[in-house]
Amino acid sequence: MANVTIDGIKISVPDGSTILQAAKEVGVNIPTLCYHPDQAVKANCRVCVCEVEGNRLLQAACSQPVFEGMVIKTRTPKVIEARKTILELILSHHPQDCLNCIRNENCELQSLAAEYCIRDNPFENKVRGIAKDLSTPSLFRDPDKCVLCRRCIEACTVIQTVNALGIENRGSHAMVVPTLGKDLIDSPCIMCGQCIHACPVGAIGEVEDIDKLMAAIADPDTIVVTQIAPAVRLALGEEIGMNTGDLPMEVFVAGLKQIGFDHVLHTNFTADLTILEEGNELLTRVKNGGTLPMFTSCSPGWINFCETFYPDLLDNLSTCKSPQQMFGSLVKTYWADKMDIPAKKIFSVSIMPCVAKKFEAARPEMNASGFQDVDIVLTTREVGRLFRMSGIDFKKLAPAPFSPWMGEYTGAAVIFGATGGVMEAALRTVYEVVMEETLGDVNFTVARGFEGIKEAEVDLNGLVVKVAIAHGLSHARILMDQVRAGVSPYHFIEIMACPGGCIGGGGQPITKANAKRVERIEAIYIEDAAMDVRKSHLNKEVTKLYEDFLHEPLGHKSHELLHTHYHAKNKKFL
Amino acid sequence: MDYQEILAKYADMPGGMIEAFHAIQEELSYLPEEAIIEAAQVFGKPVAQAYGVATFYSMFSVKPRGKNVIRICESAPCHVAGAAEVVAALEKELGISMDSSTADGRFALEFTECVGQCQGTPVITINGKPYVDVSPAKISGILAEYK
Repeated sequence: MANVTIDGIKISVPDGSTILQAAKEVGVNIPTLCYHPDQAVKANCRVCVCEVEGNRLLQAACSQPVFEGMVIKTRTPKVIEARKTILELILSHHPQDCLNCIRNENCELQSLAAEYCIRDNPFENKVRGIAKDLSTPSLFRDPDKCVLCRRCIEACTVIQTVNALGIENRGSHAMVVPTLGKDLIDSPCIMCGQCIHACPVGAIGEVEDIDKLMAAIADPDTIVVTQIAPAVRLALGEEIGMNTGDLPMEVFVAGLKQIGFDHVLHTNFTADLTILEEGNELLTRVKNGGTLPMFTSCSPGWINFCETFYPDLLDNLSTCKSPQQMFGSLVKTYWADKMDIPAKKIFSVSIMPCVAKKFEAARPEMNASGFQDVDIVLTTREVGRLFRMSGIDFKKLAPAPFSPWMGEYTGAAVIFGATGGVMEAALRTVYEVVMEETLGDVNFTVARGFEGIKEAEVDLNGLVVKVAIAHGLSHARILMDQVRAGVSPYHFIEIMACPGGCIGGGGQPITKANAKRVERIEAIYIEDAAMDVRKSHLNKEVTKLYEDFLHEPLGHKSHELLHTHYHAKNKKFL
Repeated sequence: MDYQEILAKYADMPGGMIEAFHAIQEELSYLPEEAIIEAAQVFGKPVAQAYGVATFYSMFSVKPRGKNVIRICESAPCHVAGAAEVVAALEKELGISMDSSTADGRFALEFTECVGQCQGTPVITINGKPYVDVSPAKISGILAEYK
């Protein structure tokens, strides 16, 4: 332990602690910009500088370790002056158009400028004038706004091992660029959007589709139908002034109706359906000697990753479309028939915690209904903007029900939003289908939690099924390399591209730390535990769908509408 | 020698990527995109990082440029000693402006920071060889060595 004094407060902290960590212990708030709680220390922005007695130069609190007897001053006029100058210098290269920025009021640089009362910047504003990169349907990059903190690079390189971003040039010429300085679409980017969460400013964001939605709502001949993904509800509250998990589902539905959606349905319905299709696919593969381990296919960032980096393992991917796309093909066929609405009048909107879903919806093969199955995808953040724009008071809004046929869901679907959730949901159903008995405790807690890789074994009458779960693609890589080397012991592997699963997706409210992801995961299991029905095969509307339309899992109609195939991306460079 | 052969030569050397880039530039005067992609593979690094290395050091160029690289020091001592006149003379003699190459691919003009020859400002280097006390009058004589 080391005894240090911070702003006159004495404290003993473990050896090797940084000034920033020690200050946190005593409740002294030091500003940061390039620092990220889940990433390596970068110390490149210098906003966190402090005075250390005996040192002529100011020290960066994020990187400077404490020593015995260290006396630190974090708020002297010298420190404040230095921090102001640092901010002024950063702002001198930053566009002054906060009002138009996607991160207005949710920007770390803007907050610091406000905190430090930056008024008349003595440094001339010089912006590079580099064009925005609008090459992908999921993400845009606005390099002029970049403050060179490099958090996006670490998210892409270390957390996701995608390596789509790097630094070009050096010193004052340095820039964050996609590989080889090309457009994002030509880089290995898998469109997970984790760089959006990492970015402290508005240099990376989602491609917005709110205008397309408004045009559809304005058209009296168009029936606007939406699906809500499992991870959206609990995080959406964060966008509209509530705590994580506090927005009730039926109030969310009522809000969407207020905005002008004609019908609100649920992706959870097709999450339950996915379990029936995917569970049966797994059992068929095990029985018939099919390709194992089988990988889940719900996460479009993961699909892009597999198609990009593991094209030799595409046969291991479940052929099941993601719940979003299953919903898309059913809403313009089965649901349209049930509701007696011509499919061509339906404008299918999905509300997703994800930016890769925008890319997935635009895949040319996703047109099994005879139309583009999902017309647009809105992220949780975009729906938050819609709600703020519409001025709805959610505390006074009366709850509203889902429309019929594709709105029912079970607790098994709810947990799809968390890492391990698809696996747990599958085990609940596979157990009962194989054992032909009721599962006593539906909680497979071994599948839960934030650990990078989880594994479990389930004994099904002598058939021992080995499963593994990974979230974040650096963890997925470990399991994939085992499969590639032929040493994977598993039958079934769940992969979610984003840390924490969909609750940490690239389209979720800006997530500044993994602690928030853990909080969202807790909210998911609370919702699951409160459900009366918690097994996908007991979803009555799904049963009805099989009776009236699909007839059986993996049947002819299922193959036509609910299953897909994958393509190696054959990127020129990785 | 093409870049594949060069890369193979340095594949087992620790930090060999930089050495290999130098050797490729010796041949081609710049680092073609394919060479950077190939280097990433040979040294087991992502292309984004190999590109980072290729653009970090000012002696590497990722854009095609003339065979003989003329670099003019723009640091303070050379600036004071009349580097601007040397720039003007070089631009006139070669018919190109700074940061470009002659159409015949023979010469490239670039700026550099101090090359450590401040005893004889202004300084230029051609393919790394320094020329001190350069004046506009000396330019054609110096260039004649490379024609």
